[in-house]
Amino acid sequence: MFDVAVIGGGVIGGLILRELSAYDIKICLLEKESDVAMGQSKANSGIVHAGFDAKPDSLKAKFNVLGNRLMPQITKELGVKYKNNGSLVLAFSQEEMKTLEELKSRGEENGVEGLEIISQEELIKKEPNVSKKAIGALYAPTGGIVCPYELTLASIGNAMDNGAELFTKFDVCEIKKDVDFIITAEDGRQITAKAVINCAGYGSQKIANFIGDFSFTVGGRKGEYILLDRQSGGFASHTLFCTPTKKGKGILVSPTVDGNILLGPTAEEVDFDDRTTTSNGLQSVISKANEMCQGVPHHTAITSFAGVRAYSDRHDFIIEESKVQKGFFNCAGIESPGLTSAPAIAKHVAGELIGKTLNLKKKENFNPIRKPDYFFSELSVEEKNEIIKKDPAYGRIICRCEQITEGEIIRALTENPRATDIDGVKRRTRAGMGRCQGGFCQPYVAEIIARVNGTDIETVTKNGKGSELLVGKTK
Amino acid sequence: MKNYDIVIIGGGPAGLAAAVSAYDNGVKSILILERDECLGGILNQCIHNGFGLTRFKESMTGPEYAYKFIEEVQKRGIEVSLNTTVLSLTKDKVVTAINSQEGVTLIKAKAVILAMGCRERSRGALNVAGARVAGIYSAGTAQKYVNVKGYLPGKDVVILGSGDIGLIMARRMTLEGAKVHAVCEIMPHSSGLKRNIVQCLNDFDIPLYLSHTITRIDGDKRVTGVEISAVDSDKKPIKGSEKYIKCDTVLFSVGLIPENELSKEAGIRLSPKTKGAEVYQNRETDVSGIFACGNVLQVHDLVDFVSEESELAGKSASEYVLNGEAEKNAINCIAGANLSYVLPQRIDKNAGGSVTLFFRTSGVFKNCKITVQDGQKTLLEIKKRVAVPGEMERVNLTEDKIKSIVGELTVGLEEGV
Repeated sequence: MFDVAVIGGGVIGGLILRELSAYDIKICLLEKESDVAMGQSKANSGIVHAGFDAKPDSLKAKFNVLGNRLMPQITKELGVKYKNNGSLVLAFSQEEMKTLEELKSRGEENGVEGLEIISQEELIKKEPNVSKKAIGALYAPTGGIVCPYELTLASIGNAMDNGAELFTKFDVCEIKKDVDFIITAEDGRQITAKAVINCAGYGSQKIANFIGDFSFTVGGRKGEYILLDRQSGGFASHTLFCTPTKKGKGILVSPTVDGNILLGPTAEEVDFDDRTTTSNGLQSVISKANEMCQGVPHHTAITSFAGVRAYSDRHDFIIEESKVQKGFFNCAGIESPGLTSAPAIAKHVAGELIGKTLNLKKKENFNPIRKPDYFFSELSVEEKNEIIKKDPAYGRIICRCEQITEGEIIRALTENPRATDIDGVKRRTRAGMGRCQGGFCQPYVAEIIARVNGTDIETVTKNGKGSELLVGKTK
Repeated sequence: MKNYDIVIIGGGPAGLAAAVSAYDNGVKSILILERDECLGGILNQCIHNGFGLTRFKESMTGPEYAYKFIEEVQKRGIEVSLNTTVLSLTKDKVVTAINSQEGVTLIKAKAVILAMGCRERSRGALNVAGARVAGIYSAGTAQKYVNVKGYLPGKDVVILGSGDIGLIMARRMTLEGAKVHAVCEIMPHSSGLKRNIVQCLNDFDIPLYLSHTITRIDGDKRVTGVEISAVDSDKKPIKGSEKYIKCDTVLFSVGLIPENELSKEAGIRLSPKTKGAEVYQNRETDVSGIFACGNVLQVHDLVDFVSEESELAGKSASEYVLNGEAEKNAINCIAGANLSYVLPQRIDKNAGGSVTLFFRTSGVFKNCKITVQDGQKTLLEIKKRVAVPGEMERVNLTEDKIKSIVGELTVGLEEGV
């Protein structure tokens, strides 16, 4: 019996879980995949938006600006990489310059600080590789970048360290309300909870429908991305946006917290969770990036990927108690700026919404800090040697491109939330995320997974059942 | 900080040959740093034969070839540090390395030999569209699973790229019971050795689709099939030429990239064409006392040539340690018409001796002529019946000719002579 069950292990569900774990209640997270951060939280732009895009008085505007302010502190507590690199919206015509003025005043109304329209000269000083056709830009010093799956994993890990329970492969197929909610998974497992929070992303409409809530619909918009090698890391230091048009926000060119350059996303309506890349999509990312910047080092691409962003027919965040069922809360349609807003949404949902339903009392021993609060590769020689002396596995590099040690991989397989497959290790440690894309390290990572779990390498998967790496022994 | 005369980064065929040669030329304080648990590098997973034909006049497997050199290293008592990864290298030849026993250590060398080898280009570098699912490997990764770990990565295979590792793996997977449905090559010619096309594809009736590429990979959790398309002369897929092949595995053998991240960090000038360091004929880079050899310098066709080049680098490094830095009189050596590169990129006229120029052509040429020119003056002409990019070419320039050069050296290829 749980007090609260959160459905959906993305960044919204993860941060809500973490907020709730500060209180003296029994909570759990239900995730349909074999790992958390498997939906849109693993494949988005990773932008901490300043908050000038959303219409004033919308939930998007409110939570974006609040979330932006919370991000430095929360990432510090969780040991997640965050960088306040500032963002620039590029204008290519006088008309777009006018739009920038509108964005600026909208941003100011939303409470965004430090917005400034800058000239072409100032723009090129900040970003020498921007196209000479850009005639000015809106500079937002509060813009930043964060790794979305790292934030998700860390918040869920921290919540689990504080007592939350995680159920993976829990594909909800029924929710009944008796005195409490009875949630049933495809495989027959059942959970009961006094309150339910629906953070199921693209699946949130389906989850709401289970309790008879048909008040919103959710659609999917696919975005394709190209990631460039860290050797191109200096190409842009700010996040570069196009001026939004009626057709949408366009693509962005941005550094990532790990030092790569990210190009994308496209925006294509899809009617299922389609995460395949297409030749046309990738080609359009390339040509749009070329319009924004000159000399984009496309030849250093190391991978491409796609994510599906879920949006609702209300075109604003849905963060409310269901009108159909008390104690059931919907967090749906959390499209951009959802990642930025997540810390603020989490505080609101835990404190305001759940706080009114359940009697919340702060835990005495809640620890907001997630250990270890360092990245091994960034330590000094002396610090590294301290750790290697205690655990020699930290002296063995497994992923040569990202310089990830066996010690870090073992940690990913043993700490909350535990990785179980190649992709899980990759998202937690970056092993396999570099320029060779796991070409060298994958066999070693697979062996370590098998060893730590006491299984055979044949059972090791890329991302859950059906994605086994190997089909059998050789003759 | 530890001190050595020569530190060699990499214990594959290049590092081993360089070490033996440096030792035999008089330097005894040598350290080989190898990231794997044994010496031999990628040769350890190349269990097919055909190694050593040029050098030893016998056909050996990769591990056998490696062992010949490992024995020589052991005989000389050359120090080796296994399971040790180099984290960084500086211009003044300080190497930072890490392993489990000693942790992070700094090593100061009088000379450094870069012998890190190369890596395979991945699917991501090509932006091949479709699903990101299990069953997609670079050919070398598949080779490691099959030959070293003893596991089969798939049963129905399509290979993109006709690089040598891909061809070898087509045969290897077939011998292990897998069905290789196709090898697709985007170029109108194979990038692998002729003998591998014959022995690995033709002998097993594996179809090679030239001017073809994979345009989409399908699958939910694991690959279920690929769409292949013919490409035009700009390598763009031709609409209507699509063909669907059901498979559970896609192997990429689409080129090797010298692994020069450490070199870049040390500020060594790299060639945009070879992706390796720019070197003098003694294989010294533009950073004095840092040498490069083997596949980290230029991707070779045969390990015999890696050994040959590495012995030269080892000898040069020992000369540098024993005699100090020599004053150079450098001339540039440039790839002219129809060549993708020439190595060495610079020739030191003071060095003496003859110089062998290595190069690859940018396409397939028949009845052609290789010319070496000093400005307008032709120093050398060699007729060739066939020249293909998949086979590295070489010409030798005598000491007299080198001495006579007044301008820049250009190596080119003329068609139809």
